Amino acid sequence: MTIAAIDTGPAAVPTELARGRGGGGPAPKRIVVAYGFWIFILSDIVMFSGLFAAYAVLSGNTAGGPTGPELFNLRNVFIETMCLLFSSYTCGLGALSAERRQPGRLLMFSALTFVLGAAFLVIESTEFAGMVQKGAGPWRSGFLSAFFTLVGTHGVHVTGGLIWLVYMAAQVIVKGLRPVVLRRLLCWSLFWHALDIVWVGVFTLVYLMGDFL
Amino acid sequence: MLGKLTWAAIPFNEPLPLLTGAVVLIVILAVLALVTAKGWWPYLWREWLTSVDHKRIGVMYMVLGLVMLLRGFADAIMMRTQQAVAVGDAHGYLPPQHYDQIFSAHGTIMIFFVAMPLMIGLMNFAVPLQLGVRDVAFPVLNSVSFWLTATGALLINASLVVGNFARTGWMGYPPLSELPFSPDVGVDYYLWSLQISGIGTLLTGVNFVTTILKLRAPGMTYFRMPVFCWTALAANLLIIAAFPILTATFVMLLLDRYLGMHFFTNDAGGNQMMYVNLFWAWGHPEVYILILPAFGVFSEVVATFSGKELFSYRSMVWATLGICILSFMVWLHHFFTMGAGSDVNAFFGIMSAIIAVPTGVKVFNWLFTLFRGRIVYRTPIRFAIGFMVTFVIGGMTGVLLAVPPVDFVLHNSVFLVAHFHNVIIGGVVFGALAGYNYWFPKAFGFTLDERFGNASFWCWLIGFYLAFMPLYALGLMGMTRRIEHIPDPNWRPLLLVAELGAIVIFSGILCQIAQLYVSIRTRAQRLDLTGDPWNGRTLEWATSSPPPPYNFAVLPRVETIDAFWHMKRMGRPPIGPAEVEPAYESIEMPRNSPTGFITAFFAVVTGFALIWHIWWMAILGLLAAAVTVLVFGWSDDREHAISAAEIAQMEQARLGRGRPA
Repeated sequence: MTIAAIDTGPAAVPTELARGRGGGGPAPKRIVVAYGFWIFILSDIVMFSGLFAAYAVLSGNTAGGPTGPELFNLRNVFIETMCLLFSSYTCGLGALSAERRQPGRLLMFSALTFVLGAAFLVIESTEFAGMVQKGAGPWRSGFLSAFFTLVGTHGVHVTGGLIWLVYMAAQVIVKGLRPVVLRRLLCWSLFWHALDIVWVGVFTLVYLMGDFL
Repeated sequence: MLGKLTWAAIPFNEPLPLLTGAVVLIVILAVLALVTAKGWWPYLWREWLTSVDHKRIGVMYMVLGLVMLLRGFADAIMMRTQQAVAVGDAHGYLPPQHYDQIFSAHGTIMIFFVAMPLMIGLMNFAVPLQLGVRDVAFPVLNSVSFWLTATGALLINASLVVGNFARTGWMGYPPLSELPFSPDVGVDYYLWSLQISGIGTLLTGVNFVTTILKLRAPGMTYFRMPVFCWTALAANLLIIAAFPILTATFVMLLLDRYLGMHFFTNDAGGNQMMYVNLFWAWGHPEVYILILPAFGVFSEVVATFSGKELFSYRSMVWATLGICILSFMVWLHHFFTMGAGSDVNAFFGIMSAIIAVPTGVKVFNWLFTLFRGRIVYRTPIRFAIGFMVTFVIGGMTGVLLAVPPVDFVLHNSVFLVAHFHNVIIGGVVFGALAGYNYWFPKAFGFTLDERFGNASFWCWLIGFYLAFMPLYALGLMGMTRRIEHIPDPNWRPLLLVAELGAIVIFSGILCQIAQLYVSIRTRAQRLDLTGDPWNGRTLEWATSSPPPPYNFAVLPRVETIDAFWHMKRMGRPPIGPAEVEPAYESIEMPRNSPTGFITAFFAVVTGFALIWHIWWMAILGLLAAAVTVLVFGWSDDREHAISAAEIAQMEQARLGRGRPA
């Protein structure tokens, strides 16, 4: 895009105005990219809200099949949750290393993040497989359709996030921490934290409320 | 090997779609042959197919929208003709299962592949120019958006000859759209083409919100933005908040159909009304996604052709934002008959009526802008005035329908059909045509013919009233929508009037084609050398027609609303005093990128494979699309610099042509 050029444009812009806000002229590329990605994440959260709404509507429609408390293993879900939450912590440490231009540490924390994310996926797929084996697959009832779709969509996002993480690690190794790579890392970590937030909703609404209410 | 696809998918026993398909195919092949024979491929590939220039992408959106308008209109006139002849003992020329596909395709195409591309096209073309910047925030993403929209359009038109289209209406309500009742590929064509184009639309929303909020010329604070930018911002915020709901809803229906889940099925705990609620939680904001940019066009057109500042700019902005928020609080009025109870219906009825307030504010603002203005009658302002009269009528029948007891009587009648055509043709289509006539000289450097423009306006206006006023009456007489046979001969006279109206609208479309043809033939006499053919007010008129790739050699300084008007009043040319050569600096512009085109190619393959259950092909297509994204995600070198010397040269050539030195 042309922002770099716009930035070097005429110098008459009042300096007290922040770029990209008010009358300060176009924002620099780093801001534009992160801002756009924020908006994309918002839209993704709206999509999840549709799936949450469907789950809320259908959660009681078990059609004579198994209910949540019969199926959920809260101990496993807790371990799963901890994996994901800690992966956000290591992701944050990675972001700090990137800021300090320490590619070695960044890659180490990224590897940790990957392992934690993969552990989350393994636990989740084991849970899914167990349910299908018990005859509680997504085609059993409206409740299970909504459950598998909501939790599974989050899982698909985590899978995508892990692929993206490997791809970013490759970019860090090959290209080093140049501005463009830093921008992409920023987007990736925004994405990863957003998945955490969605999971907090899933954990609360699906597992905790499903088990206790 | 080929899933459900067999020779039986080609409708050899139905001459009508087969013939249409053959003609379309011949036309496409002829165009391709012509392009090949003339050696235009390199030019097309370089300047259009891989272009990431927002102006080019805007033009391609408009072309897509106008071509699809012809398809959607063909459906319309077929339905009108069927209803005009299939009365009493006669059964017309369309069998029910074909008629059902036609009304479903008509609605789907007109909303998603005519109205949306026309509005997004206008936004693409005008918003960055009005903001005084050089492109949108993410130019390559913009190209991806366009090509995904085109993918959806291609898939939906493929259903004409390969397989069939949905027979469910354009909303695809379950349980009719579920597998037991629609076992063939029709609904899958509907779902996949809208999923793919929906991704494109969502990315457009992300792109334009970022552009408008983060990329504006120096000095352009929010309350100095042209109203069209405000309405584009509101529409794109709605896209971000509404389209993901549609995506999620269609995902659920697809899972029902492909994996036997039970979101909306009759059995095993499915809930059909959840689909209807979710669909309209997207669907009502969608109405405003379409109409708000049209309101923006009219605001620009009314101010420009009255030679006056828009009356009460701030109330216009607040009305726009008010509509933006209210649009999420009225979805239930599409199905008052669901039986949610009087409290719920009363709430949604009142909220629906309240939307008329900010809309009324807008109408009065336009009226007061025209009042004592020195109105210059050109095609755009004609459409604007025609809109104001027509839209107020459509708005009033809307307020009528917002009263739940009235809605119980009129639900699913052709009164409703008349109402939404009243606001969509009178609002969105007139807005698109006003914008097309208004910005055409900016895009191509010459104005459109006024005589044919005027004729097309009158045909559209009169044709609209002839075609849809009878439907209001027929609705009150009890005629329901979507019937392929007319049981009551008393309805016939009014249906014949409606048929006549459709023919008059068709003449309007012919006038537009003639207008384009004549204008191109006589373009030498209608060149716009000033860059400002209408005595414009906003920044797009401050650059030449057509603008250079970088829009502005030096970014304009904005000090007021109507920035260009202010510059003219102050006697200041927008790009610095003309006698002094401005200090050009090198500009970095995005490079062309085939990413959008290639992604769309694989999206077509994937979509087609998914529709026909050709799993290996779907996996390959998806992988290839993913690889395309990964390759693009690896690239760094996405910009090229135009040096200051080159710019000086280009500017000299450009300005030397028209603007007084």
